[in-house]
Amino acid sequence: MNYEAVIGLEVHVQALTASKMFCACANRFGAEPNTLVCPVCLGYPGALPVMNAEAVKKTIEIGLMCGCAIALRSKFDRKSYFYPDMPKNYQISQYDLPLCGLGHLAVGGKGFSGDPLPDKVIGITRIHLEEDVGKLNHFGRSSGVDYNRAGVPLMEVVSEPDMRSADEAYAYLTVLKQICEYAGVSSCDMEKGQMRCDVNVSVRPVGETKLGTKIEIKNLNSFRSVHRSLLYEIERQTEAVRAGEKLRQETRRWDDALGQTFVMRVKEQAHDYRYFPEPDLMPVVLDEAQVAAWRAALPEAPEARRARFVADCQVTPYDAHVLTLEKPLADYFEAAAKAAGHPKLTANWIITELLRELGEKNLTIDTCPIPPAAFGKLIALVAGGAITGKSAKDVFAEMFASGKAPEVIVQEKGLQQVNDSGAILAFVDQAIAASPKAVEEYRAGKTATIQFLVGQVMKLSRGKSNPQTVLALLKEKLG
Amino acid sequence: MTELWKLTLAEAAAALEAGRCSAHDLCASLLGRVRAADPQVQAFLTLDETAVLAAADASDARRRAGRSLSRFDGVPLAIKDNLSVAGQPCGCASKILNGYTAPYDATAMGRLREDGFIPFGRVNMDEFAMGSTTENSGIRPTLNPWDTSRVPGGSSGGSAAAVAAGMAPAALGSDTGGSIRQPAGFCGVVGLKPTYGLVSRYGLVAFASSLDQIGPLARTVEDAAILLDGMCGHDPMDSTSLPGRHGGYAAALAEADVRGLRIGLPKEYFEVAGLAPEVRQAVENMAAALEQRGARRVEVTLPRSKYAIATYYIIATAEASANLARFDGIRYGARAHDADDLLATYRQTRARGFGDEVKRRIILGTYVLSSGYYDAYYLRAQKARTLIRQDFEAAYRECDVILAPVAPTPAPRRGELSDPLQMYLADIYTISVNLAGICGISVPCAVTNTGLPVGLQLIGPALGETRLLQTARIVEQAAALGVRFPNL
Repeated sequence: MNYEAVIGLEVHVQALTASKMFCACANRFGAEPNTLVCPVCLGYPGALPVMNAEAVKKTIEIGLMCGCAIALRSKFDRKSYFYPDMPKNYQISQYDLPLCGLGHLAVGGKGFSGDPLPDKVIGITRIHLEEDVGKLNHFGRSSGVDYNRAGVPLMEVVSEPDMRSADEAYAYLTVLKQICEYAGVSSCDMEKGQMRCDVNVSVRPVGETKLGTKIEIKNLNSFRSVHRSLLYEIERQTEAVRAGEKLRQETRRWDDALGQTFVMRVKEQAHDYRYFPEPDLMPVVLDEAQVAAWRAALPEAPEARRARFVADCQVTPYDAHVLTLEKPLADYFEAAAKAAGHPKLTANWIITELLRELGEKNLTIDTCPIPPAAFGKLIALVAGGAITGKSAKDVFAEMFASGKAPEVIVQEKGLQQVNDSGAILAFVDQAIAASPKAVEEYRAGKTATIQFLVGQVMKLSRGKSNPQTVLALLKEKLG
Repeated sequence: MTELWKLTLAEAAAALEAGRCSAHDLCASLLGRVRAADPQVQAFLTLDETAVLAAADASDARRRAGRSLSRFDGVPLAIKDNLSVAGQPCGCASKILNGYTAPYDATAMGRLREDGFIPFGRVNMDEFAMGSTTENSGIRPTLNPWDTSRVPGGSSGGSAAAVAAGMAPAALGSDTGGSIRQPAGFCGVVGLKPTYGLVSRYGLVAFASSLDQIGPLARTVEDAAILLDGMCGHDPMDSTSLPGRHGGYAAALAEADVRGLRIGLPKEYFEVAGLAPEVRQAVENMAAALEQRGARRVEVTLPRSKYAIATYYIIATAEASANLARFDGIRYGARAHDADDLLATYRQTRARGFGDEVKRRIILGTYVLSSGYYDAYYLRAQKARTLIRQDFEAAYRECDVILAPVAPTPAPRRGELSDPLQMYLADIYTISVNLAGICGISVPCAVTNTGLPVGLQLIGPALGETRLLQTARIVEQAAALGVRFPNL
């Protein structure tokens, strides 16, 4: 019997706001522990929460990007459980009236394994807004809590159990991250905890419509560990079910070093969160006009941008997918293509040269030493015939290293393409004289040999000769 | 002027303004009265004499320089132990907050400090405001200054006792189900519970967030109105605080008049078993006195009153169970340092830190919110609350102000309300007001033949404070009890 996995994700995304969810403390990563705190986010006696309207707007924006139904009336609830990272021992969250209801995300491209994925739509159950908790640090025999993160606005995006493979889960996360970045609602840096993910996974025989026993996986700190843990867990569950074992509903912890999941708690140990409406806050009431205004001001969605790149820039659908994966890259491409005047050539150069170089140097597009306008200028020089493609690669390397403008490098190194037939003819004569064997072969009908002679001319002219002119002159000379 | 401690708030302000006394003299006189009377009453938990006199000296210096913050600059106020005053302890009369110092001012406190009022000690209460006698204080009980074998009421028992005994011209308290009005009634002072949202709750340690309100306790209606003027108004730090401008309550007292006023007497309130004859008589007498002054008496009905106590103890305990979760010894307060692990730290800290009544209510609140019970208890209680509010709305179509007892009896003897259920039932006249979010005031209206004060409660619609206080002023005049201080 064949089995299939059923996967749903709960993704927590920190909203990019100036201040925390319910107080005026800064929402900022990396400060000294417990320096971004006040009586409100520390849960001091008598302190009260006041809602951050910007966080609500950001949550609605991501909901609109995901095609969610927006609730015009929503509310906050208290979720009770004891843990030292939570100052009040209850979290202000949303229970039955979240800001965003049903929506969806289209996934495609390639999975983590590199295999292409068919286009698919993953349902979104809801998106709600809550406050983040502090961070525990363990030092030998004691522990400390840093409450800088406590109270940071946190959006929870809950998917439908629509994914069937680790690759699909990976693709969903990629698209969700992409959308959050496009909308400017979050920085989504997983290393800084700005994006965190819990996975629900079960297996069932193919064709079965009932869901299997749900297992939740926690402690997933990267897209890679989501993918790995799913591969592991799907295999573990499938083997267990095949062996006739009955699975328990439980929460498991992923150990990245060991590459395994371990039981954290079983269903009977689950918390009773005792949700009830937060009496310190008023219901959130939005009016239709406000939501419409936010909708109108949304940035272009990645999907739409992809389509536009294909239609207007003559790039392939796959290149468009790569260029739009991250908003900064898509922005870079657009700025560079505008400066170059040749979008297709710009796309090729970005994908083959720039991304490779960034990868090798461990840089991102945000830390790229070449500004997009300068990169576009380089493409313009190639396209206009001012330098050869070969020289351009040297110029690119120099730009990457020194940050100098391409024209300056071309001047300094004397790389201007030689288009003057007289000057090239001298190199042609020199090459013919130096390669009698090749000349003979060409004349005997082995016409491909001419490429060797072109290469010789280019070498003699240090790559500066216009290759078309060289070819024409050679053909003329050799009759 | 040898007995400055006897001055009301308004009298003290006038004396200061006229230069008849200094804030230093006023505070010194009150400190002397506290030394004499408080050993018998035990209203104060802490009172930093040096800090009080330093604040008084600063006020006097401002006044000499012509830079007084207001005409009340230099008037001291006793503060209930659940209101944050920056730099002072705020222990809610609980062992669990032992060692905690508040880092900020409650908004209401801050506004009064901006007018120059001086925080004058921390006064006792039932632990976390849970109780009706101040016997549930985690520190020590407070006694009724008129008869120390009796309770002062609660939970703002320290506030009421301090004001009644002349140890402070006025005090701040909080009222979740009658915690200002009932002790005011038992101690013979004025106690006002404002409309929910009129005074910011920021800095009031929450018991039941949807019911709590800060309010004044004073010896005159005018003093209560002055303090409400100083505290009320929108606060951006409290999302439940009402928008708009409010105030002018003290000034409006000059136009106090009950001619044509419709006084509603809820028939259910006089059918309560256990309503003491002297209390019934006092209310009847006052209704008659108001009629004589031109008011019209109407019978009204509040048919859902019988559900009020059950409704209240579900909602209040549910909210309290979450509000009090933060007291775990991790960030502030007393911690069980001998506990072996996290769970033991929570358990032992809370087992040792909370008293029985607080534990009882946390358990009750946890239970009613538990999975499978929420709909049967919390959800139904919220529906009952709506019906209770609607009862009042209907009643206010028939009348302008409701007249009611504050409690079924005058101050009970110590230990008399030791059965929790009996104690809860004694809240029958006050808790509906909190559930409905409206305003109520307790005004002394009689003295029993054993010398115990009897309070009268006036209940007004939401934001009906102006008429409520005006009516209270007429009650105060009609009662004509004069200035009385217990012999201490």
